[in-house]
Amino acid sequence: MSIFNVFHVAGSALTAQAMRLNAVASNLANADSIAGPDGQPYRAKQVVFEAIPMNGQAGQGVRVKQVVEDASPGRMVYDPRNPAADEKGYVMMPNVSVVDEMVNMISASRSYQTNAEVMNTAKQLLLKTLTLGQ
Amino acid sequence: MVGRINSALDFQQAALGLRAQRQQILAGNIANADTPNYKARDFDFSSALKDAVAGRTGGALGMDKTAPGHLAGTLAASQAGLMYRTSAQASADGNTVDMDVERAQFSENAIQYEAGLTFITGKFKTLLSAIQG
Repeated sequence: MSIFNVFHVAGSALTAQAMRLNAVASNLANADSIAGPDGQPYRAKQVVFEAIPMNGQAGQGVRVKQVVEDASPGRMVYDPRNPAADEKGYVMMPNVSVVDEMVNMISASRSYQTNAEVMNTAKQLLLKTLTLGQ
Repeated sequence: MVGRINSALDFQQAALGLRAQRQQILAGNIANADTPNYKARDFDFSSALKDAVAGRTGGALGMDKTAPGHLAGTLAASQAGLMYRTSAQASADGNTVDMDVERAQFSENAIQYEAGLTFITGKFKTLLSAIQG
């Protein structure tokens, strides 16, 4: 029954988009964290999506292949009174771009909504199929 | 008589099966709207339906059975007929999913599926009234 597989495909997308939203939340929460557990400033995390075949069927699902750390250098902010400042008075802030993350968040939530709608449509079709011939 | 009822429903059954398969492929396209290098796919419904009615599975790559001992092969009905969509606007990450197109096709396909169900229900009603008089 291939309509059931729509649930698997859309469900995998919901999981992946939720993970992306999770990464966005982490990045936004740590936009000003100048020291993590290792003493270094927080680095932005981004998810990488990958298409996966769903148990031999034609429709392809999606999963998070890996979570990568953004390699771009951190923002240097002049703040000589900060205990984390270097000898020139600069503090290295996380490389989180708040604007980018907000865009990412909107994109992830829209994709999540679309896939939830796909699931709803599939559910309606299945329910209609159950009443076939009545 | 049962054979005749079967053949009355054969066409609708094939159409409904293909609609369900297409729904799944379109769901896959929507799910992968943010996947880099993913290419949106679809199949030509009318030619797939013609193949299904003629008893060929696997689209253009399907195997013809010319003797009763021949095996059908393991290719799923729409898997070989799958084609890539040409995108109107290219995106930088190599993804060719156009969300407007996919959503429109998805809704259209859902309505066509429901139409198929309605046709089958109508067939049942016709047969029932023929039986009951």
